[in-house]
Amino acid sequence: MKLSRIRGGIHPEYRKERTQDAPIVTLPMPRILCLLLKQHVGSAAEPVVTSGKRVKKGDLLARAHGPVSAPIHAPTSGSIVDIIEQTAPHPSGLPQKAIQLRPDGKDQWGILPAGLEDPFSASPAEIDARVAAAGIVGLGGAAFPSAVKLGLRETHTLDTLILNGAECEPYLTCDDRVMREYAAQVVDGARILAHGLTLSRVVVAIEANKPQAVEAMTRAVAGRTDIVVVTVPVQYPMGSERHLCKAITGRETPAGKLTADIGVVVHNVGTARAVHQAIRFGRPLLSRVITVSGGALVSGHNIDVPLGTLVSDLITWCGGFTDGKVPHRLISGGPMMGHPLPALDVPVIKGTSGILALTRDEINEQPAGPCIRCGTCVSVCPCGLMPLEIAAFIRRDNLDAATRSGVRDCVSCGSCSYICPSHIPLVQYFNYAKGRLNALDRERRKHERLKGLVEARRARMDKLARAKRDAAARARTAPPAAPPMAPPTAETKANA
Amino acid sequence: MIVFRNDRSGPFTHARNSVRDIMVKVMLALVPATLFDAWLFGWPAIFLFAVTIGGCLVFEAACLRLQGKPIAPALGDGSAVLTGWLLAMSLPPWAPWWIGVLGAMFAIVLAKHLFGGVGQNVFNPAMVARVALLVSFPVPMTAFVPARPLFSAGSPGFLDSLSITFGHGFHLDSMTAASALGTIKTELSRGVPVTQSMAQTPDLIDMLIGIHPGSFGETSAVLILAGGLWLLFRRVISWHIPVALMATLFVLGTLFHAVDPGRFTDGVFQLVSGATFLGAFFIATDYVTSPVSRSGQLVYGFGCGFLTWIIRTFAGYPEGLAFAILLMNALTPLIDRAFRPRTFGRTRTGAPLPLPPRKIP
Repeated sequence: MKLSRIRGGIHPEYRKERTQDAPIVTLPMPRILCLLLKQHVGSAAEPVVTSGKRVKKGDLLARAHGPVSAPIHAPTSGSIVDIIEQTAPHPSGLPQKAIQLRPDGKDQWGILPAGLEDPFSASPAEIDARVAAAGIVGLGGAAFPSAVKLGLRETHTLDTLILNGAECEPYLTCDDRVMREYAAQVVDGARILAHGLTLSRVVVAIEANKPQAVEAMTRAVAGRTDIVVVTVPVQYPMGSERHLCKAITGRETPAGKLTADIGVVVHNVGTARAVHQAIRFGRPLLSRVITVSGGALVSGHNIDVPLGTLVSDLITWCGGFTDGKVPHRLISGGPMMGHPLPALDVPVIKGTSGILALTRDEINEQPAGPCIRCGTCVSVCPCGLMPLEIAAFIRRDNLDAATRSGVRDCVSCGSCSYICPSHIPLVQYFNYAKGRLNALDRERRKHERLKGLVEARRARMDKLARAKRDAAARARTAPPAAPPMAPPTAETKANA
Repeated sequence: MIVFRNDRSGPFTHARNSVRDIMVKVMLALVPATLFDAWLFGWPAIFLFAVTIGGCLVFEAACLRLQGKPIAPALGDGSAVLTGWLLAMSLPPWAPWWIGVLGAMFAIVLAKHLFGGVGQNVFNPAMVARVALLVSFPVPMTAFVPARPLFSAGSPGFLDSLSITFGHGFHLDSMTAASALGTIKTELSRGVPVTQSMAQTPDLIDMLIGIHPGSFGETSAVLILAGGLWLLFRRVISWHIPVALMATLFVLGTLFHAVDPGRFTDGVFQLVSGATFLGAFFIATDYVTSPVSRSGQLVYGFGCGFLTWIIRTFAGYPEGLAFAILLMNALTPLIDRAFRPRTFGRTRTGAPLPLPPRKIP
């Protein structure tokens, strides 16, 4: 298959060798699970259990709330301790509502919906409903509810499903392992997704640094014409949805549009496997494969982790920190686009793809120096932006100029920050600007709404005042003793 | 409970590079040519080199101190040393010490710190200094000496050299020689066609190796070229500026030479004479003062080459590279505005790409 070239990008030290040959192991059930009600993009789920309730594995704990949301299920059997405030795996370290579940150790399944023998004879709406009910969200990290993405078939003309197995982030090997060990499940899930999207062309994209995954997947699709495995070059950020879509199909998503607008839907390989389990066996999303790695850890692993497991339990199971030393940073996700975790007592959520404990040397964090305009950020930017210029505008808090310069087209891939010889935290600037711009947008919308309300009120008042005036005028001009059967005035006639 | 740093956003990995790294690589690329020239022109050249770099360091430290900025990190990044190095290479090797010191002042104080320090200067500091010196002190700035390799018969001894650099200078009349470009220009003004005056310039091989009069760094074309190619290979610089600059010079030279060989020198001569290689690989590629996008760099390189040829051919000065680079430096902000990469998902004008026509299923 002829691939399109992607502009820019970087070749960071991948450091995948620490875990790429470590088979997926299942984490022994922790003593406590904390299931956040918001583990996805959209609104938080609504709890349907209360403290003290006994639940079985797979039982619904919280139901989806609103059009973009996902339900949450019990990863094992046990009892609900309480609904508590738990530190979220977010840089802010702020607490969020979570269901605390104490496993009973029996791991007893509850009653699951029966799986579909032949999903391909089921209607796409049926697939949607089952994927939604299973609480599946994008497992690549974005955690967007997958059922909502399936619904794109209603609004868009789709022709290609890209299964994203690029895994371009350094350290992470969970998708690699899933493809190597569960290739058949991934392929089945991909075909079900394609059926749900009513399209017939599936492309599995895998970066060239995962030859075993390519081999396993190629074997799994052997003999099929509707699904192909494509090796894409090792070039960060190849796994970015828009860039992968460009590389595979040659189509470039217009700014402000979705890949669906050009006929493409992208799903992660882990998501496809979850869909396979939900459709074939009725199993909701209860656990996910996570890469736990980093130089500050005694050992790295790819672990099938029940959702709600505390990061501290994961770290302990991996043998703790090397020499008991606290790592320089604890990261959720990959080192390029992941975010720092403020503490160890945060739970694993559906979007957690990796937990990295990194040393100062691995991060190579240096104080920022002045920009020497070397232009490397411009040549590596996969979005064709001029990061140095945008950052200069943001430094002066000139958000209008930063917007004109394209800060909103930035995907925060971090290539510019990675390569900057002056170690300028460019992404930090961009994220600041995006946050401010979003806040300003919200404010402006609020202001406009308010203005609309005020204007409506004024119009109402004016009308009222006019009506009063007219009534008064009529009262003055009308003869003091009006005949009981006065003919209707022009106004009342019009109103009638 | 352990609390982890959450004070910044990603990425949480970084290339093992630094500004200092880049500066050191550029200096390494200059080492062979510098050593060769030091041998070629002897002790006075070595003294001038040391004085110029020393001057740059002193002025840099003084400027930082006046501004209350930390001195050690800025001095340590090597940018002041590199400025001094490039300036020294653009000076006549036997120039007196005060040329080096004044040049350092022009470069560091005037061209760099008055504009806001490293990364903020509009004009290349070394070229500002060279041009300021050239227009202020034309005589010592054009007093080139023929090569007198160290330890050879004609080479001045250590003490004589001290007196050349720090004392009364040398007897200009008895020892100076014109550079190749200077010879052509002077002869042309006397009505001697290029075809004849070329005979007075060193032959191509000597020009390439560097056995001819000229600035400290403009003589050893081959070694400068080798250093430049190494920088390209190490990806410190990209090919766009040097290639655009040299191609423009070569094409213009070749074309006009074909039209009138008596008036215009040929393309190869344009490349190997003067400071073409030094300018193309080391000066025009200065990050701070050149455009950041690839297309902008091509335009900039073309402009440098074009102006250099115009000045060399039609203006009063025999060598025009420094002027050309300064003029193009002034255009860099404009080039940066006009020549930018296309944003993903947008047209060149910045509008979102049009959606492909919908297929009716």
